[in-house]
Amino acid sequence: MDTKSNPGSASKPGADSKLSFKQRLRDPYFWSDWLVVVAFLLVIVVFGAINPSAFLSIYNLNNILVASAIPAIIVVGQTFTVATAGIDLSVSSILTLGAVIFGICFTKELPVWVCMLGGMLAGMIAGIINGLIISVRKINDFIVTLGMLSIAAGTALVLSNGRPVQIINSGLANVAINEKFGVPYLMYIAFAIVVFSHFLLFHTRFGVHLLAVGGDPDSARAMGVSIVRIKVAVYGISGLLAGFAATLAIARIGAAEPAANTAILLNSVAAVVLGGVSLFGGRATIFGPFVATLLLQALSNGLTIIGVASYYQYISVGIVVILSASLVRNVR
Amino acid sequence: MSTTSLAIECNAVKKSFGNVNALKGATISARPGEVTAIVGDNGAGKTTLIKCIAGVYQPDEGEIRINGESVTFDSPESARVAGIETVYQNLSLVEDLTIWQNLFLNREITKNLGVVKILNRAKMREESEAMLKKLDVYIPSVRSRTRGLSGGQRQAVAICRAVGWGSKVVIMDEPTAALGARETMKVEELIKKMKAQGLAILLISHNFEQVLRLSDHIFVMRQGDVIAGMRTKDTTGDELVALITGSAKRG
Ligand SMILES: Nc1ncnc2c1ncn2[C@@H]1O[C@H](COP(=O)(O)OP(=O)(O)O)[C@@H](O)[C@H]1O
Ligand SMILES: [Mg+2]
Repeated sequence: MDTKSNPGSASKPGADSKLSFKQRLRDPYFWSDWLVVVAFLLVIVVFGAINPSAFLSIYNLNNILVASAIPAIIVVGQTFTVATAGIDLSVSSILTLGAVIFGICFTKELPVWVCMLGGMLAGMIAGIINGLIISVRKINDFIVTLGMLSIAAGTALVLSNGRPVQIINSGLANVAINEKFGVPYLMYIAFAIVVFSHFLLFHTRFGVHLLAVGGDPDSARAMGVSIVRIKVAVYGISGLLAGFAATLAIARIGAAEPAANTAILLNSVAAVVLGGVSLFGGRATIFGPFVATLLLQALSNGLTIIGVASYYQYISVGIVVILSASLVRNVR
Repeated sequence: MSTTSLAIECNAVKKSFGNVNALKGATISARPGEVTAIVGDNGAGKTTLIKCIAGVYQPDEGEIRINGESVTFDSPESARVAGIETVYQNLSLVEDLTIWQNLFLNREITKNLGVVKILNRAKMREESEAMLKKLDVYIPSVRSRTRGLSGGQRQAVAICRAVGWGSKVVIMDEPTAALGARETMKVEELIKKMKAQGLAILLISHNFEQVLRLSDHIFVMRQGDVIAGMRTKDTTGDELVALITGSAKRG
């Protein structure tokens, strides 16, 4: 059915009112949504062409998926905060704090699931504190979460005395090592979180309110949407996911490390930008940043395979992020 | 319960911001099925007054009655629950949301799965089309984002939302200030339809011709006070100008 403006006739209720393909092509957001998929395929094709036997081996593709799982979970939380026109710079040290809490619970010989909940709870509390200060005290997200970055990192060091705790648990090791149908367990977990978050953002009342607060806080408030509730929820979720990712990180390395992993922060912000999420808020996808996470892991994996030293990889990731942000900006 | 036929009454409403006395005891009233206009210079206190009625601000002193009952609104939401909707000049729709999402913002139809409230999109889209149709507003698709709409279309959607929730009172703060001539005409048509449906409409406008065309009653504000109130048929544009600038007096 034609959906062009037709002032003479009422649009039939129930009639198909999907946007036509032409209309979609003219929507700049359509392009920013698909940019990341094209870029991802490009990375695969380029490294696949340079060194197919190493890059495209099942073993290596599996490595990329394993390395992507934890960043993919962190990036979901980051997407939520950016969608409210905020940012969460504390994710990396909240992850560390979660891991330390896990380690403390573990040395007290509590069951693994209790250790895991302990890490998640610590992450969620740190996130809720972020959200409360940002929304109630109306202090800039950047500053508050930067402060929390330092507070959580310091707390992790204090609680652990700066020493890692070895975590030997067959269940965790099993999750970290094994796979099904060629896909690592870790990736199933990350993907389940991605799918659930997509559902949360686009099929629930919470999701609409989140986007409304991000897109236009004054209008949202005028309609009775509580900015405080949304901000607290969003930063709470981000902290909760970082606390949960701590368990997976422990499963991978077999220890609760008190040292901060700053790469994961840069990675999450990079993936959000690459994934086409507007830094001004109100406009987001969950799958875009997820694909972007895979892209960034594939990129550093590919660069390693073709023998580029890791020092240069920092530079390349930075370039990719700035380039993609400026591309998206031009398209809009 | 009073048997009054007034939809809104403000009695001696006062509101200060620090040492700025934005309202010094404003008294107005509005009837259902009528357009009641508020005119006055910039800074006269018009917006502050309607924000007190809409629950955005809480008056320092004075009383607000809705359909004869004294009310205090602690938020815009509680005013909306009481049937008072507001259409602002700019602050109205979230551009990144679709039309149906805007129409149902914070009034979503959901299926509850524990604490998770799942959107019933199909039903909301269908009812959105009905809401627009009720005021003969034609928009290509309720699924399109509000960002792509013209100013007039946006204001039409905002008005449909205001009318669509069984509201009794619709407040409009300069609804056509950002619109061109043709779009202004369309919005005026909408206001007439709302009036015909028996709503009490409170209209702030700088456009005297519009006020004289649309309204049944006019209040003039100056420096935080309501200095005059009269039936529209008993006044002229010249008199309004004189009242607003302070070169004439009238009770
Ligand atoms: N939130 C506020 N804080 C401080 N002063 C305000 C605020 N809102 C309005 N005022 C002041 O109150 C007076 C009335 O403003 P307003 O109600 O916006 O007038 P109008 O809508 O008639 O132009 C002005 O002097 C304005 O500066
Ligand atoms: Mg005003």
